[in-house]
Amino acid sequence: MATVSTKLRDPIVPDKREALDVQRIRDDFPVLKRTINDKPLVYLDSAATTQKPKQVIDAIADNYRHNYANVHRGVYTLSAEATDLYEGTRSAVATLIGAPSTKEIIFTRNTTESINLVAYSWGLSNLKSGDEILLTEMEHHSNLVPWYMIAKRTGAIVRHMPLRADYTLDLTAGLDMINPQTKIVSVSHTSNVLGVINPIAEIAERARKHGAIVVVDAAQGVPHSKVDVSQMDIDFLAFSAHKMLGPSGVGVLYGREELLEAMEPFMGGGDMISSVTLDGATWNELPWKFEAGTPNIADVIGFRAAIEYLEKLGMDNVRKHEIELTEYALERMKEVKDFTIFGPQDAESRAGVISFVQEGVHPHDLATILDREGIAIRAGHHCAQPLMEILGQTATARASFYVHNDRHDVDALMAGLSCAGRFFGR
Amino acid sequence: MVDSKQNKDVQLNDLYRDTVLDHFRSPRGTKPIDRVDIRREGNNPLCGDKLEMSIKMSDDTIEDIEVHCKGCAISVASTSMLAELVPGMKKDDALKLAEGFKQMMHGQPAPEGLDIGDLDSLEGVKDFPVRVKCALLAWMTIIDALRADARDDDQTGAMTSTEDKQD
Repeated sequence: MATVSTKLRDPIVPDKREALDVQRIRDDFPVLKRTINDKPLVYLDSAATTQKPKQVIDAIADNYRHNYANVHRGVYTLSAEATDLYEGTRSAVATLIGAPSTKEIIFTRNTTESINLVAYSWGLSNLKSGDEILLTEMEHHSNLVPWYMIAKRTGAIVRHMPLRADYTLDLTAGLDMINPQTKIVSVSHTSNVLGVINPIAEIAERARKHGAIVVVDAAQGVPHSKVDVSQMDIDFLAFSAHKMLGPSGVGVLYGREELLEAMEPFMGGGDMISSVTLDGATWNELPWKFEAGTPNIADVIGFRAAIEYLEKLGMDNVRKHEIELTEYALERMKEVKDFTIFGPQDAESRAGVISFVQEGVHPHDLATILDREGIAIRAGHHCAQPLMEILGQTATARASFYVHNDRHDVDALMAGLSCAGRFFGR
Repeated sequence: MVDSKQNKDVQLNDLYRDTVLDHFRSPRGTKPIDRVDIRREGNNPLCGDKLEMSIKMSDDTIEDIEVHCKGCAISVASTSMLAELVPGMKKDDALKLAEGFKQMMHGQPAPEGLDIGDLDSLEGVKDFPVRVKCALLAWMTIIDALRADARDDDQTGAMTSTEDKQD
């Protein structure tokens, strides 16, 4: 069978339009120097999780080497240093997303836990039978299952805003579904399958009119563009460090202070209490009320290096770079016969995550064939089974881009796709 | 330096042999059968592969089978090979074959004297550990279907999942 060329990457001729200096960025990612099956790694699965620059890896190691101790407890210097670093990341997160106060930034394990926190702490006390929870048909399981669980316990009803034929949200029908019974509207900022970016402001405006709270799953949003909660009029925003160059095991929940104040804690234990007696306990103040037990100290500290890395590049440049690359990929994909892309065709209006199927080649087989060429893509249902049902697929292939990807990576993917086509067409 | 060697030196042609691709392109056992005694669904929740299996029994013998698999080349081909092999087999022999194939996929030689038909063309799958479940979906489903002795036991809605047990 034909194989993809493995020659070393030629530097792309600098072009004034390029938003990022990818060549330099690539030098920061140790993993990009390795080979997979004797081919240079082409990592196209950043929507699942991102690779880490050395600045992040070093920050975590430095913490363990120099400043590690438990936080919020010790009287001694080391603990004070660790606490300062840990809380320093909280300030950096607040600044990144435009949150007015660090009280509104809660560290969790991941986006899923952040959404569960809202579902349990806000949902269990505020929902009653017949209330409506409004989601969309394009949600990730992390923004479906917690609500199904809470609906089952409270008698609330889960509804889903439909999609249009072009895979974008049917806003007309969707907004009409918001009514006085709607208590929660929880939508993804950006679909992890379709790359669709949702009109959060319009949804939030209608939700406000009916007194519903607005939750945004921004796992695919915050890492790829400027997301500013002060401009959005929303109540909660969830995202994960590991999808934005940071370590795994750190998630963020932004919540409006007055809502967080009124909510019961999600989990009980150390650090989240103000005092404990044999009769009961009172809660710590925000945000620690929602951070029970020893947190993921070193990884939270390492997360700051990821935020600083992205801020140095500039979130607007990150977005511009992904638009450029997506535009190039969409254009090249037009060359492929019997090829279906599930998502908008206009790069400006979508994110750098492209789901597709190639006629005659199942996504899993495609992923295996590409892996032989060192190319990592995702194949499967992407934790969005209801959406897969709507798309009429059991699985799709998905390529997703980030700051270290360039046109070489797209070219490698395209060569791999034609190789797979020939292989199965033989 | 840790470097995954799992696929090294393994050619794609070992995974996708011509026999495998032939079964993938024209799966056997998709014609409707005239009586269904056992019906069971199987799925691989991690990747979304799904199959529906209907079996016609006569006493302890599998008289006919109809099976539809939505999945990758490996799972479709393995399902098709099953449909080709099991009609006419005694239930116990079909179970032995299924267990023998599972052994094969876990890197052990197939038990001596076992006629595995086209299944030997799936031998290369064992070198792609993440794909072993694809090859086993149909076989795990038929094991559950036959063991549940479905003619006495209504299996409507019963589902075999590749994630249910250590396979």
